[in-house]
Amino acid sequence: MQVIAMSVGLLGRKVGMTQVYIEDGSAVPVTVVELGPCTVLQLRTVERDGYAAVQLGFADKPRRLANRAERGHVAALGGKRAKARAAAGVAPVAKANCEPQRYIREFRIDALDGGGIDAGCEVGQTLTVAHLAEVSHVDIIGLNKGRGTAGVMKQHNFHGLRASHGVQRHHRAGGSIGGHGTNRGHSGKIRKGKLMAGRWGNERVTVRNIKVVRIDEANNVILLNGSVPGPIGGFVMVRQTRKKKRPQPQK
Amino acid sequence: MTQKDSEIMATKKKDLMKDVEASSLRAEKLAFAVGDTVNVHTRILEGEKERIQIFTGVVIATRGSGTRELFTVRRIVGGEGVERTFPTNSPKIAKLEVVRHGKVRRAKLFYLRDRLGKATRLTERRPNKKEEAAKA
Repeated sequence: MQVIAMSVGLLGRKVGMTQVYIEDGSAVPVTVVELGPCTVLQLRTVERDGYAAVQLGFADKPRRLANRAERGHVAALGGKRAKARAAAGVAPVAKANCEPQRYIREFRIDALDGGGIDAGCEVGQTLTVAHLAEVSHVDIIGLNKGRGTAGVMKQHNFHGLRASHGVQRHHRAGGSIGGHGTNRGHSGKIRKGKLMAGRWGNERVTVRNIKVVRIDEANNVILLNGSVPGPIGGFVMVRQTRKKKRPQPQK
Repeated sequence: MTQKDSEIMATKKKDLMKDVEASSLRAEKLAFAVGDTVNVHTRILEGEKERIQIFTGVVIATRGSGTRELFTVRRIVGGEGVERTFPTNSPKIAKLEVVRHGKVRRAKLFYLRDRLGKATRLTERRPNKKEEAAKA
């Protein structure tokens, strides 16, 4: 069997937090993530797509909830066009032949594999958490918790205005946003990127270099040190960390 | 996510968490109750050497569940109340001996904090017949 490229991660779902005791008897806070099994749905190649990547799917979606495109993505549906293509002698596209998937993401094959573009896996293959067995630190990508409309004090840690001394109905305001003609404001407009109140959260977040505490292959579970972005039940991508180790000082 | 799906997720979560925590739980549960006077033997690492330290006092509360379960022991040292909270499932607790069973009517004995000297005594609870039988 080929070795699966290490830049390919896994998809999973956040289950919850707890604490476990490690060998030296100390308690470690962990997030439990149900990781895989993931099915390889598609391989992106440089020739066809312009980049090399592996597309994975996680968590089955009931067929009644999946549309035709989603069903056709994972299995041959045998439609009119497929028949016409077969008649014309076009080779059918490889399909994973699995249930429609709820969470589908791609992992680029990158520098971690020495610039190689060999994914080392085939469409339809299943990846389990055993793939990460040798990995000590991972990166997590997920959507953080949505907080709705949030003011500047909550969202950007502004200090607000004073409670008294003449302040009226402006206690949680952000203050001046800069006048025109100054470098803070700009020619009658507000400077781009000015921190203001508004929608907060539910954004893609990458947390790098999270330590793997334990891997439970029987349950498809990985225990990660500390917290993981997103709500319980939220989907996450987990991959070997891209963070380079700082060179150790010579003694 | 449909309603049904979230329910499936909830049961799955419970089971998974239980499995994860199972490895960190004590094989044999510590046998004690709130109100008991106990000797807690804790492993302490001093440099390279490990030694056992004993903390004696009355269990005044337990809190949390699973691997996060804690219990609080109160004692009087030199006229000053000292409380220590231990994780029930910590491998650093080598042993726990019950010296005396106390007869109490509530789960948290925080009222002991307001008392001094003789008033902190608890009536001893003699093991009833059922417990005797279980021991024998």
